[in-house]
Amino acid sequence: MAGDNYLPPLANYSEGIMVNKKPVIEFKNLTYYYSLQEKPALKNINLTIYEGEYVAILGLNGAGKTTLQLCINGVIPNMIIGNFEGDVLVNGLNTQEYPTRELAKIVGMVFDNPEFQLTQTSVAEEVALGLENIGIPTDDMHAIIEDALETVGLDGLQERSPFELSGGQQQRLAIASALAMQPEIFVMDEPTSNIDPIGKDEVIAVAAKLNTEKHMTVILAEHEVEVIAQYADHVIIIDEGEIILDGTPHEVFEQVELIEKIGLRTPQVTKFAYQLKEKYGLKTKGLPVTIDEAEQFAVDTFKK
Amino acid sequence: MNEPLIVCENLTHIYPGDVTAVKNVNLKIHKGELIGVIGQNGSGKTTLVKHFNGLLKPTKGKVIVKGQDTSKMRVQDLSRNIGYVFQNPNHQLFAKTVIDELKFGPTNLGLPEDEVNERVEKAIAFFNLEMYRDHHPYRISFPLRKLVGMASIYTMQPDVFVMDEPTTGQDHITTRIVYRLIKKLRDEGSTVICVAHDMILLAEVVERMLVMRDATLIADTDPKTVFSDKELMASTHLSPPQITELSYRMRSKKMIGSIALNINELIDASSKKYNLKRSK
Repeated sequence: MAGDNYLPPLANYSEGIMVNKKPVIEFKNLTYYYSLQEKPALKNINLTIYEGEYVAILGLNGAGKTTLQLCINGVIPNMIIGNFEGDVLVNGLNTQEYPTRELAKIVGMVFDNPEFQLTQTSVAEEVALGLENIGIPTDDMHAIIEDALETVGLDGLQERSPFELSGGQQQRLAIASALAMQPEIFVMDEPTSNIDPIGKDEVIAVAAKLNTEKHMTVILAEHEVEVIAQYADHVIIIDEGEIILDGTPHEVFEQVELIEKIGLRTPQVTKFAYQLKEKYGLKTKGLPVTIDEAEQFAVDTFKK
Repeated sequence: MNEPLIVCENLTHIYPGDVTAVKNVNLKIHKGELIGVIGQNGSGKTTLVKHFNGLLKPTKGKVIVKGQDTSKMRVQDLSRNIGYVFQNPNHQLFAKTVIDELKFGPTNLGLPEDEVNERVEKAIAFFNLEMYRDHHPYRISFPLRKLVGMASIYTMQPDVFVMDEPTTGQDHITTRIVYRLIKKLRDEGSTVICVAHDMILLAEVVERMLVMRDATLIADTDPKTVFSDKELMASTHLSPPQITELSYRMRSKKMIGSIALNINELIDASSKKYNLKRSK
Protein backbone atom coordinates (compact mmCIF):
# COMPACT_ATOMS: atom_id res chain seq x y z
CA MET A 1 0.00 0.00 0.00
CA ALA A 2 1.37 3.40 -0.98
CA GLY A 3 0.56 4.84 2.44
CA ASP A 4 2.84 2.45 4.30
CA ASN A 5 5.96 3.84 2.62
CA TYR A 6 5.45 7.36 3.82
CA LEU A 7 8.02 8.49 6.32
CA PRO A 8 6.59 10.77 8.95
CA PRO A 9 8.17 14.23 9.27
CA LEU A 10 11.54 14.39 10.96
CA ALA A 11 10.14 15.82 14.17
CA ASN A 12 8.32 12.57 14.88
CA TYR A 13 11.55 10.64 15.17
CA SER A 14 13.44 10.45 18.39
CA GLU A 15 16.84 12.04 18.20
CA GLY A 16 19.70 10.07 16.77
CA ILE A 17 17.65 7.95 14.38
CA MET A 18 18.89 8.34 10.83
CA VAL A 19 16.37 9.51 8.31
CA ASN A 20 17.60 9.04 4.79
CA LYS A 21 15.11 11.34 3.05
CA LYS A 22 16.04 14.93 2.55
CA PRO A 23 13.58 17.81 2.52
CA VAL A 24 13.20 19.30 -0.97
CA ILE A 25 10.58 21.91 -0.22
CA GLU A 26 10.20 23.80 3.02
CA PHE A 27 7.61 26.45 3.79
CA LYS A 28 8.58 28.43 6.87
CA ASN A 29 5.87 30.61 8.42
CA LEU A 30 4.68 31.71 5.03
CA THR A 31 1.85 34.21 4.83
CA TYR A 32 0.95 35.65 1.46
CA TYR A 33 -1.47 38.35 0.35
CA TYR A 34 -2.19 39.04 -3.31
CA SER A 35 -1.83 42.76 -3.92
CA LEU A 36 -4.79 44.85 -2.74
CA GLN A 37 -6.34 41.86 -0.92
CA GLU A 38 -7.15 42.13 2.77
CA LYS A 39 -7.45 38.41 3.37
CA PRO A 40 -4.30 36.34 3.08
CA ALA A 41 -4.34 33.73 0.30
CA LEU A 42 -1.98 31.64 2.43
CA LYS A 43 -1.71 31.91 6.18
CA ASN A 44 1.11 30.75 8.35
CA ILE A 45 2.11 27.79 6.23
CA ASN A 46 4.69 25.44 7.68
CA LEU A 47 5.23 22.44 5.49
CA THR A 48 8.03 20.06 4.63
CA ILE A 49 8.01 17.89 1.54
CA TYR A 50 10.66 15.18 1.27
CA GLU A 51 12.50 13.96 -1.78
CA GLY A 52 10.57 11.37 -3.76
CA GLU A 53 7.21 11.94 -2.13
CA TYR A 54 3.93 11.81 -4.05
CA VAL A 55 2.03 14.68 -2.48
CA ALA A 56 -1.64 15.45 -3.05
CA ILE A 57 -3.11 18.83 -2.17
CA LEU A 58 -6.83 18.91 -1.52
CA GLY A 59 -9.10 21.85 -0.95
CA LEU A 60 -12.15 23.67 -2.21
CA ASN A 61 -11.84 26.02 -5.18
CA GLY A 62 -10.25 29.18 -3.88
CA ALA A 63 -8.75 27.48 -0.80
CA GLY A 64 -5.18 28.33 -1.86
CA LYS A 65 -4.01 25.19 -3.69
CA THR A 66 -2.78 27.01 -6.79
CA THR A 67 -1.21 29.81 -4.73
CA LEU A 68 0.70 27.22 -2.71
CA GLN A 69 1.94 25.59 -5.91
CA LEU A 70 3.01 28.92 -7.43
CA CYS A 71 5.17 29.51 -4.35
CA ILE A 72 7.09 26.33 -5.15
CA ASN A 73 8.23 27.43 -8.60
CA GLY A 74 8.91 30.97 -7.43
CA VAL A 75 6.28 32.61 -9.64
CA ILE A 76 5.12 33.89 -6.26
CA PRO A 77 6.71 36.20 -5.09
CA ASN A 78 8.96 36.93 -8.08
CA MET A 79 6.43 37.39 -10.86
CA ILE A 80 3.12 37.92 -9.10
CA ILE A 81 3.28 40.92 -6.83
CA GLY A 82 1.95 40.69 -3.32
CA ASN A 83 2.91 40.74 0.31
CA PHE A 84 5.11 37.74 1.04
CA GLU A 85 6.16 37.04 4.63
CA GLY A 86 8.24 34.03 5.61
CA ASP A 87 10.36 31.78 3.42
CA VAL A 88 10.06 29.02 0.89
CA LEU A 89 13.13 26.89 0.29
CA VAL A 90 13.43 24.63 -2.74
CA ASN A 91 16.44 22.31 -2.56
CA GLY A 92 17.67 24.65 0.15
CA LEU A 93 17.46 27.69 -2.16
CA ASN A 94 15.37 30.60 -0.98
CA THR A 95 12.84 31.36 -3.73
CA GLN A 96 12.97 35.08 -2.98
CA GLU A 97 16.68 35.21 -3.77
CA TYR A 98 16.92 32.67 -6.56
CA PRO A 99 15.85 33.61 -10.13
CA THR A 100 12.57 32.06 -11.29
CA ARG A 101 14.13 30.93 -14.58
CA GLU A 102 16.71 28.94 -12.61
CA LEU A 103 13.99 27.46 -10.40
CA ALA A 104 12.22 26.37 -13.59
CA LYS A 105 15.05 23.87 -14.09
CA ILE A 106 14.25 22.29 -10.74
CA VAL A 107 10.46 22.64 -10.69
CA GLY A 108 8.30 21.60 -13.67
CA MET A 109 4.70 22.74 -13.73
CA VAL A 110 1.60 21.49 -15.52
CA PHE A 111 -1.76 23.30 -15.40
CA ASP A 112 -5.39 22.24 -15.48
CA ASN A 113 -6.01 23.18 -19.08
CA PRO A 114 -3.33 21.75 -21.39
CA GLU A 115 -4.60 23.78 -24.35
CA PHE A 116 -3.40 26.98 -22.68
CA GLN A 117 0.08 25.57 -22.46
CA LEU A 118 0.43 24.24 -26.01
CA THR A 119 1.69 26.59 -28.73
CA GLN A 120 3.64 24.68 -31.37
CA THR A 121 2.68 22.99 -34.62
CA SER A 122 4.04 19.54 -33.80
CA VAL A 123 4.37 17.37 -30.74
CA ALA A 124 8.17 17.23 -31.05
CA GLU A 125 8.47 21.02 -31.37
CA GLU A 126 6.27 21.46 -28.33
CA VAL A 127 8.75 19.48 -26.25
CA ALA A 128 11.72 21.22 -27.91
CA LEU A 129 10.50 24.69 -26.97
CA GLY A 130 11.54 24.54 -23.33
CA LEU A 131 14.84 22.93 -24.23
CA GLU A 132 15.65 25.78 -26.62
CA ASN A 133 14.88 28.25 -23.88
CA ILE A 134 17.43 26.73 -21.56
CA GLY A 135 20.02 26.46 -24.33
CA ILE A 136 20.23 22.72 -24.97
CA PRO A 137 22.15 22.10 -28.26
CA THR A 138 19.96 20.79 -31.11
CA ASP A 139 22.03 17.61 -31.39
CA ASP A 140 21.20 16.66 -27.82
CA MET A 141 17.52 17.52 -28.12
CA HIS A 142 16.39 14.51 -30.14
CA ALA A 143 17.32 11.96 -27.53
CA ILE A 144 15.75 14.02 -24.74
CA ILE A 145 12.52 14.50 -26.71
CA GLU A 146 12.29 10.80 -27.58
CA ASP A 147 12.83 9.86 -23.98
CA ALA A 148 10.24 12.31 -22.65
CA LEU A 149 7.61 11.24 -25.18
CA GLU A 150 8.27 7.59 -24.46
CA THR A 151 7.83 8.13 -20.73
CA VAL A 152 4.37 9.64 -21.23
CA GLY A 153 3.40 7.11 -23.92
CA LEU A 154 3.33 9.50 -26.87
CA ASP A 155 6.19 8.03 -28.90
CA GLY A 156 5.38 7.83 -32.58
CA LEU A 157 3.28 11.01 -32.47
CA GLN A 158 6.24 13.41 -32.91
CA GLU A 159 4.92 14.99 -36.11
CA ARG A 160 1.28 15.24 -35.03
CA SER A 161 -0.26 18.64 -34.29
CA PRO A 162 -0.80 19.04 -30.53
CA PHE A 163 -4.33 20.23 -31.28
CA GLU A 164 -5.30 16.94 -32.91
CA LEU A 165 -4.58 15.04 -29.71
CA SER A 166 -7.22 13.94 -27.20
CA GLY A 167 -7.45 15.80 -23.89
CA GLY A 168 -5.52 13.09 -22.07
CA GLN A 169 -2.82 13.06 -24.77
CA GLN A 170 -2.54 16.86 -24.66
CA GLN A 171 -2.07 16.78 -20.93
CA ARG A 172 0.58 14.05 -21.27
CA LEU A 173 2.30 16.24 -23.88
CA ALA A 174 2.32 19.14 -21.44
CA ILE A 175 3.89 16.73 -18.93
CA ALA A 176 6.48 15.59 -21.51
CA SER A 177 7.42 19.22 -22.20
CA ALA A 178 8.01 19.82 -18.51
CA LEU A 179 9.71 16.44 -18.12
CA ALA A 180 12.25 17.15 -20.89
CA MET A 181 13.69 19.89 -18.70
CA GLN A 182 14.47 17.11 -16.20
CA PRO A 183 13.03 18.82 -13.16
CA GLU A 184 13.44 17.19 -9.78
CA ILE A 185 10.03 18.35 -8.67
CA PHE A 186 6.85 18.04 -10.68
CA VAL A 187 3.94 20.30 -9.77
CA MET A 188 0.53 19.62 -11.31
CA ASP A 189 -2.49 21.83 -10.81
CA GLU A 190 -5.66 19.77 -11.27
CA PRO A 191 -4.20 18.12 -14.37
CA THR A 192 -7.24 15.90 -14.89
CA SER A 193 -10.10 18.32 -14.36
CA ASN A 194 -10.81 18.90 -18.03
CA ILE A 195 -10.40 15.42 -19.46
CA ASP A 196 -12.48 12.25 -19.72
CA PRO A 197 -12.05 9.17 -17.49
CA ILE A 198 -9.59 7.35 -19.79
CA GLY A 199 -7.53 10.52 -20.06
CA LYS A 200 -7.65 10.90 -16.29
CA ASP A 201 -6.31 7.42 -15.71
CA GLU A 202 -3.54 8.01 -18.25
CA VAL A 203 -2.38 11.22 -16.60
CA ILE A 204 -2.55 9.79 -13.09
CA ALA A 205 -0.60 6.72 -14.22
CA VAL A 206 2.09 8.91 -15.82
CA ALA A 207 2.36 10.98 -12.64
CA ALA A 208 2.80 7.77 -10.62
CA LYS A 209 5.46 6.59 -13.08
CA LEU A 210 7.46 9.82 -12.74
CA ASN A 211 7.35 9.26 -9.02
CA THR A 212 8.20 5.56 -8.83
CA GLU A 213 10.49 5.14 -11.85
CA LYS A 214 12.09 8.57 -12.24
CA HIS A 215 12.10 9.19 -8.48
CA MET A 216 10.71 12.66 -8.93
CA THR A 217 8.87 14.47 -6.19
CA VAL A 218 5.32 14.88 -7.47
CA ILE A 219 2.92 17.47 -6.07
CA LEU A 220 -0.59 17.20 -7.38
CA ALA A 221 -3.67 19.30 -6.68
CA GLU A 222 -6.69 17.09 -7.32
CA HIS A 223 -10.34 16.71 -6.34
CA GLU A 224 -10.73 12.98 -6.79
CA VAL A 225 -10.10 11.61 -3.35
CA GLU A 226 -10.37 7.94 -4.35
CA VAL A 227 -7.46 8.44 -6.77
CA ILE A 228 -5.42 10.39 -4.23
CA ALA A 229 -5.84 7.73 -1.57
CA GLN A 230 -4.65 5.12 -4.04
CA TYR A 231 -1.49 6.85 -5.24
CA ALA A 232 -0.31 9.57 -2.89
CA ASP A 233 1.86 8.97 0.15
CA HIS A 234 1.46 12.45 1.62
CA VAL A 235 -1.84 14.34 1.69
CA ILE A 236 -2.30 18.00 2.54
CA ILE A 237 -5.69 19.57 3.11
CA ILE A 238 -5.90 23.31 2.81
CA ASP A 239 -8.85 25.53 3.68
CA GLU A 240 -9.10 29.31 3.46
CA GLY A 241 -5.34 29.55 3.03
CA GLU A 242 -4.43 27.39 6.02
CA ILE A 243 -3.17 23.84 6.24
CA ILE A 244 -5.78 21.87 8.16
CA LEU A 245 -4.38 18.35 7.78
CA ASP A 246 -0.93 17.14 6.74
CA GLY A 247 0.02 13.46 6.86
CA THR A 248 -0.31 10.03 5.27
CA PRO A 249 -3.57 9.20 3.43
CA HIS A 250 -4.61 7.28 6.54
CA GLU A 251 -3.78 10.06 8.97
CA VAL A 252 -5.70 12.52 6.82
CA PHE A 253 -8.70 10.60 5.49
CA GLU A 254 -9.51 9.01 8.83
CA GLN A 255 -10.51 12.50 9.98
CA VAL A 256 -13.91 12.04 8.36
CA GLU A 257 -15.80 14.62 10.41
CA LEU A 258 -13.21 17.37 10.05
CA ILE A 259 -12.93 16.80 6.30
CA GLU A 260 -16.69 16.99 5.85
CA LYS A 261 -16.89 20.08 8.02
CA ILE A 262 -14.60 21.87 5.57
CA GLY A 263 -16.91 20.80 2.73
CA LEU A 264 -14.66 18.10 1.29
CA ARG A 265 -15.27 14.38 1.26
CA THR A 266 -13.27 11.24 1.99
CA PRO A 267 -13.01 8.23 -0.35
CA GLN A 268 -16.39 6.48 -0.52
CA VAL A 269 -15.02 3.33 1.13
CA THR A 270 -13.70 5.34 4.08
CA LYS A 271 -17.08 6.97 4.62
CA PHE A 272 -18.78 3.57 4.35
CA ALA A 273 -16.57 2.01 7.01
CA TYR A 274 -16.79 5.08 9.24
CA GLN A 275 -20.60 5.14 9.13
CA LEU A 276 -20.88 1.41 9.64
CA LYS A 277 -18.67 1.60 12.73
CA GLU A 278 -20.46 4.65 14.12
CA LYS A 279 -23.95 3.32 13.53
CA TYR A 280 -23.42 -0.22 14.76
CA GLY A 281 -20.59 0.27 17.23
CA LEU A 282 -18.31 -2.15 15.38
CA LYS A 283 -14.88 -2.82 16.79
CA THR A 284 -13.05 -3.49 13.51
CA LYS A 285 -9.68 -1.76 13.63
CA GLY A 286 -8.87 1.33 11.56
CA LEU A 287 -10.55 2.77 8.49
CA PRO A 288 -9.78 1.75 4.90
CA VAL A 289 -8.82 4.41 2.37
CA THR A 290 -8.38 2.23 -0.73
CA ILE A 291 -10.59 -0.37 -2.36
CA ASP A 292 -8.28 -3.27 -1.39
CA GLU A 293 -8.19 -2.14 2.22
CA ALA A 294 -11.98 -1.83 2.16
CA GLU A 295 -12.34 -5.40 0.96
CA GLN A 296 -10.12 -6.51 3.84
CA PHE A 297 -12.17 -4.35 6.23
CA ALA A 298 -15.34 -6.11 5.08
CA VAL A 299 -13.72 -9.53 5.57
CA ASP A 300 -12.49 -8.55 9.04
CA THR A 301 -15.89 -7.20 9.98
CA PHE A 302 -18.18 -9.85 8.57
CA LYS A 303 -16.19 -13.02 8.09
CA LYS A 304 -14.41 -13.26 11.41
CA MET B 1 -48.36 6.27 -19.85
CA ASN B 2 -48.70 9.85 -21.04
CA GLU B 3 -47.52 11.09 -24.39
CA PRO B 4 -43.70 11.10 -24.37
CA LEU B 5 -41.97 14.48 -24.30
CA ILE B 6 -39.16 13.47 -26.62
CA VAL B 7 -39.13 10.71 -29.22
CA CYS B 8 -36.14 9.72 -31.36
CA GLU B 9 -37.01 7.58 -34.36
CA ASN B 10 -34.05 6.02 -36.17
CA LEU B 11 -32.06 9.14 -35.35
CA THR B 12 -28.80 9.34 -37.28
CA HIS B 13 -26.43 12.29 -37.34
CA ILE B 14 -23.56 12.54 -39.77
CA TYR B 15 -21.14 15.45 -39.45
CA PRO B 16 -19.48 16.98 -42.51
CA GLY B 17 -16.60 14.75 -43.59
CA ASP B 18 -18.80 11.67 -43.28
CA VAL B 19 -18.37 11.19 -39.53
CA THR B 20 -21.34 9.31 -38.12
CA ALA B 21 -21.75 10.63 -34.58
CA VAL B 22 -25.12 9.05 -33.79
CA LYS B 23 -26.42 5.96 -35.53
CA ASN B 24 -29.99 4.78 -35.63
CA VAL B 25 -31.09 5.70 -32.12
CA ASN B 26 -34.62 4.95 -30.96
CA LEU B 27 -35.89 6.14 -27.61
CA LYS B 28 -38.75 7.80 -25.76
CA ILE B 29 -38.41 10.18 -22.84
CA HIS B 30 -41.37 10.90 -20.56
CA LYS B 31 -42.15 13.77 -18.24
CA GLY B 32 -40.43 13.59 -14.87
CA GLU B 33 -37.71 11.12 -15.85
CA LEU B 34 -34.18 11.52 -14.48
CA ILE B 35 -31.83 10.23 -17.13
CA GLY B 36 -28.05 9.86 -17.26
CA VAL B 37 -26.20 9.59 -20.56
CA ILE B 38 -22.78 7.94 -20.39
CA GLY B 39 -20.05 6.95 -22.82
CA GLN B 40 -16.48 7.87 -23.67
CA ASN B 41 -15.64 11.18 -25.33
CA GLY B 42 -16.54 10.86 -28.98
CA SER B 43 -19.17 8.17 -28.35
CA GLY B 44 -21.97 10.49 -29.47
CA LYS B 45 -23.60 11.50 -26.19
CA THR B 46 -23.40 15.25 -26.67
CA THR B 47 -24.45 14.96 -30.32
CA LEU B 48 -27.48 12.94 -29.20
CA VAL B 49 -28.70 15.43 -26.59
CA LYS B 50 -28.08 18.44 -28.83
CA HIS B 51 -30.94 17.09 -30.97
CA PHE B 52 -33.40 17.52 -28.13
CA ASN B 53 -33.38 21.32 -28.28
CA GLY B 54 -32.78 21.56 -32.00
CA LEU B 55 -29.13 22.67 -31.77
CA LEU B 56 -28.62 19.81 -34.20
CA LYS B 57 -31.10 18.40 -36.70
CA PRO B 58 -31.15 14.72 -37.71
CA THR B 59 -29.36 13.70 -40.89
CA LYS B 60 -31.74 10.73 -41.05
CA GLY B 61 -34.69 9.79 -38.90
CA LYS B 62 -36.78 12.06 -36.69
CA VAL B 63 -36.79 13.80 -33.35
CA ILE B 64 -40.21 14.70 -32.02
CA VAL B 65 -40.53 17.09 -29.08
CA LYS B 66 -43.97 17.52 -27.52
CA GLY B 67 -45.52 16.02 -30.63
CA GLN B 68 -43.68 18.29 -33.08
CA ASP B 69 -40.97 17.31 -35.52
CA THR B 70 -37.87 19.36 -34.64
CA SER B 71 -36.70 19.54 -38.25
CA LYS B 72 -39.34 22.17 -38.84
CA MET B 73 -38.73 24.08 -35.60
CA ARG B 74 -36.34 26.83 -34.62
CA VAL B 75 -33.99 26.55 -31.61
CA GLN B 76 -35.63 29.68 -30.16
CA ASP B 77 -39.00 27.94 -30.05
CA LEU B 78 -37.61 24.66 -28.77
CA SER B 79 -35.61 26.36 -26.01
CA ARG B 80 -38.88 27.35 -24.36
CA ASN B 81 -39.40 23.67 -23.55
CA ILE B 82 -35.90 22.28 -23.57
CA GLY B 83 -33.18 24.03 -21.59
CA TYR B 84 -29.59 23.19 -22.43
CA VAL B 85 -26.73 23.83 -20.01
CA PHE B 86 -23.40 23.72 -21.80
CA GLN B 87 -20.41 21.85 -20.41
CA ASN B 88 -18.37 24.99 -20.89
CA PRO B 89 -20.22 28.06 -19.56
CA ASN B 90 -18.04 30.24 -21.80
CA HIS B 91 -20.07 28.89 -24.71
CA GLN B 92 -23.27 30.00 -23.10
CA LEU B 93 -22.90 33.25 -21.17
CA PHE B 94 -22.82 36.69 -22.75
CA ALA B 95 -24.45 39.30 -20.48
CA LYS B 96 -22.52 41.94 -18.54
CA THR B 97 -23.67 40.92 -15.08
CA VAL B 98 -24.86 37.74 -13.43
CA ILE B 99 -28.26 39.27 -12.81
CA ASP B 100 -28.67 40.28 -16.48
CA GLU B 101 -27.66 36.79 -17.50
CA LEU B 102 -30.41 35.30 -15.34
CA LYS B 103 -33.01 37.80 -16.55
CA PHE B 104 -32.31 37.25 -20.22
CA GLY B 105 -34.12 33.93 -20.68
CA PRO B 106 -37.40 34.67 -18.90
CA THR B 107 -37.55 38.21 -20.35
CA ASN B 108 -37.13 36.73 -23.78
CA LEU B 109 -40.02 34.35 -23.08
CA GLY B 110 -42.14 37.49 -22.74
CA LEU B 111 -42.86 37.10 -19.03
CA PRO B 112 -43.95 40.16 -17.02
CA GLU B 113 -41.20 41.92 -15.08
CA ASP B 114 -42.47 40.83 -11.62
CA GLU B 115 -42.41 37.23 -12.66
CA VAL B 116 -38.92 37.61 -14.17
CA ASN B 117 -37.59 39.21 -10.98
CA GLU B 118 -39.20 36.60 -8.77
CA ARG B 119 -37.61 33.76 -10.75
CA VAL B 120 -34.24 35.49 -10.77
CA GLU B 121 -34.27 36.06 -7.00
CA LYS B 122 -35.21 32.42 -6.39
CA ALA B 123 -32.34 31.30 -8.61
CA ILE B 124 -29.87 33.65 -6.91
CA ALA B 125 -30.83 32.18 -3.54
CA PHE B 126 -30.82 28.56 -4.67
CA PHE B 127 -27.45 28.73 -6.42
CA ASN B 128 -25.96 30.86 -3.66
CA LEU B 129 -24.97 33.66 -6.02
CA GLU B 130 -25.98 36.64 -3.86
CA MET B 131 -22.39 37.87 -3.56
CA TYR B 132 -21.91 37.85 -7.30
CA ARG B 133 -25.15 39.33 -8.64
CA ASP B 134 -23.47 42.42 -10.10
CA HIS B 135 -20.28 40.68 -11.16
CA HIS B 136 -19.39 40.10 -14.78
CA PRO B 137 -19.89 36.35 -15.43
CA TYR B 138 -16.35 36.11 -16.81
CA ARG B 139 -14.82 37.70 -13.73
CA ILE B 140 -15.96 34.96 -11.37
CA SER B 141 -14.35 31.55 -10.98
CA PHE B 142 -15.08 28.76 -13.45
CA PRO B 143 -17.17 26.64 -11.06
CA LEU B 144 -19.33 29.63 -10.13
CA ARG B 145 -19.64 30.59 -13.77
CA LYS B 146 -20.94 27.10 -14.40
CA LEU B 147 -23.57 27.58 -11.73
CA VAL B 148 -24.57 30.84 -13.44
CA GLY B 149 -25.02 28.81 -16.64
CA MET B 150 -27.40 26.46 -14.82
CA ALA B 151 -29.20 29.30 -13.05
CA SER B 152 -29.79 31.12 -16.33
CA ILE B 153 -31.60 28.08 -17.69
CA TYR B 154 -33.37 27.45 -14.39
CA THR B 155 -35.05 30.88 -14.60
CA MET B 156 -36.66 29.79 -17.87
CA GLN B 157 -38.29 26.80 -16.14
CA PRO B 158 -38.13 24.54 -19.17
CA ASP B 159 -39.94 21.17 -19.15
CA VAL B 160 -36.69 19.41 -19.89
CA PHE B 161 -33.33 20.32 -18.39
CA VAL B 162 -30.39 18.97 -20.37
CA MET B 163 -27.02 19.27 -18.63
CA ASP B 164 -23.67 18.43 -20.16
CA GLU B 165 -21.10 17.43 -17.53
CA PRO B 166 -22.53 19.61 -14.75
CA THR B 167 -19.95 18.53 -12.17
CA THR B 168 -16.65 18.70 -14.06
CA GLY B 169 -14.32 21.31 -12.64
CA GLN B 170 -16.56 21.66 -9.58
CA ASP B 171 -15.42 21.11 -6.02
CA HIS B 172 -17.43 19.24 -3.41
CA ILE B 173 -19.51 22.23 -2.35
CA THR B 174 -20.55 23.32 -5.83
CA THR B 175 -21.10 19.66 -6.74
CA ARG B 176 -23.61 19.42 -3.92
CA ILE B 177 -25.51 22.38 -5.35
CA VAL B 178 -25.77 20.42 -8.60
CA TYR B 179 -27.12 17.38 -6.68
CA ARG B 180 -29.67 19.57 -4.95
CA LEU B 181 -30.65 21.16 -8.26
CA ILE B 182 -31.33 17.80 -9.87
CA LYS B 183 -33.40 16.63 -6.91
CA LYS B 184 -35.33 19.91 -6.82
CA LEU B 185 -36.07 19.69 -10.53
CA ARG B 186 -37.33 16.15 -10.01
CA ASP B 187 -39.59 17.30 -7.16
CA GLU B 188 -40.96 20.04 -9.39
CA GLY B 189 -41.80 17.44 -12.05
CA SER B 190 -39.16 18.50 -14.58
CA THR B 191 -37.39 16.03 -16.78
CA VAL B 192 -33.61 15.96 -16.35
CA ILE B 193 -31.13 14.59 -18.86
CA CYS B 194 -27.60 14.59 -17.59
CA VAL B 195 -24.59 13.79 -19.76
CA ALA B 196 -21.79 12.92 -17.36
CA HIS B 197 -18.63 11.02 -16.59
CA ASP B 198 -19.29 11.54 -12.91
CA MET B 199 -20.50 8.06 -11.96
CA ILE B 200 -20.95 8.93 -8.28
CA LEU B 201 -23.41 11.64 -9.31
CA LEU B 202 -25.30 9.38 -11.69
CA ALA B 203 -25.44 6.46 -9.26
CA GLU B 204 -26.86 8.84 -6.69
CA VAL B 205 -29.49 10.69 -8.70
CA VAL B 206 -30.60 9.14 -11.98
CA GLU B 207 -33.23 6.45 -12.55
CA ARG B 208 -32.46 5.56 -16.13
CA MET B 209 -29.20 5.36 -18.04
CA LEU B 210 -28.50 5.65 -21.74
CA VAL B 211 -25.14 4.13 -22.66
CA MET B 212 -23.49 5.29 -25.87
CA ARG B 213 -20.61 3.59 -27.63
CA ASP B 214 -19.30 4.29 -31.14
CA ALA B 215 -22.35 6.40 -32.06
CA THR B 216 -24.75 3.63 -31.00
CA LEU B 217 -27.11 3.42 -28.05
CA ILE B 218 -25.97 0.11 -26.54
CA ALA B 219 -28.05 0.12 -23.36
CA ASP B 220 -31.14 1.90 -22.07
CA THR B 221 -31.96 0.69 -18.57
CA ASP B 222 -31.70 1.45 -14.83
CA PRO B 223 -28.31 2.34 -13.27
CA LYS B 224 -28.10 -0.86 -11.23
CA THR B 225 -28.36 -3.02 -14.34
CA VAL B 226 -25.74 -0.88 -16.10
CA PHE B 227 -23.28 -0.89 -13.21
CA SER B 228 -23.82 -4.62 -12.58
CA ASP B 229 -22.86 -5.43 -16.13
CA LYS B 230 -19.07 -5.51 -15.89
CA GLU B 231 -18.66 -6.35 -19.55
CA LEU B 232 -20.79 -3.43 -20.63
CA MET B 233 -18.90 -1.05 -18.32
CA ALA B 234 -15.53 -2.29 -19.53
CA SER B 235 -16.60 -1.88 -23.17
CA THR B 236 -17.25 1.82 -22.51
CA HIS B 237 -14.01 2.22 -20.53
CA LEU B 238 -15.93 3.69 -17.63
CA SER B 239 -15.63 2.64 -14.02
CA PRO B 240 -18.49 2.46 -11.55
CA PRO B 241 -18.28 4.42 -8.28
CA GLN B 242 -15.78 3.02 -5.77
CA ILE B 243 -18.58 1.95 -3.42
CA THR B 244 -20.15 -0.09 -6.24
CA GLU B 245 -16.77 -1.74 -6.88
CA LEU B 246 -16.61 -2.66 -3.19
CA SER B 247 -20.12 -4.10 -3.38
CA TYR B 248 -19.05 -6.32 -6.31
CA ARG B 249 -16.23 -7.68 -4.24
CA MET B 250 -18.46 -8.22 -1.20
CA ARG B 251 -21.05 -9.93 -3.37
CA SER B 252 -18.46 -12.29 -4.85
CA LYS B 253 -17.49 -13.21 -1.27
CA LYS B 254 -21.19 -13.84 -0.57
CA MET B 255 -21.36 -11.06 2.00
CA ILE B 256 -24.26 -9.36 0.25
CA GLY B 257 -26.78 -10.38 -2.39
CA SER B 258 -26.78 -7.49 -4.84
CA ILE B 259 -24.60 -4.55 -5.73
CA ALA B 260 -24.97 -1.10 -4.18
CA LEU B 261 -25.01 2.26 -5.97
CA ASN B 262 -24.24 4.41 -2.96
CA ILE B 263 -22.88 4.27 0.57
CA ASN B 264 -26.26 4.00 2.29
CA GLU B 265 -27.34 1.08 0.13
CA LEU B 266 -24.21 -0.84 1.04
CA ILE B 267 -24.62 -0.07 4.73
CA ASP B 268 -28.25 -1.24 4.62
CA ALA B 269 -27.43 -4.41 2.69
CA SER B 270 -24.57 -5.45 4.96
CA SER B 271 -26.25 -4.51 8.23
CA LYS B 272 -29.34 -6.53 7.30
CA LYS B 273 -27.34 -9.55 6.19
CA TYR B 274 -25.32 -9.62 9.40
CA ASN B 275 -28.16 -8.53 11.62
CA LEU B 276 -26.25 -5.59 13.06
CA LYS B 277 -27.88 -3.74 15.93
CA ARG B 278 -27.70 0.01 16.12
CA SER B 279 -25.47 1.23 18.89
CA LYS B 280 -26.86 3.89 21.18
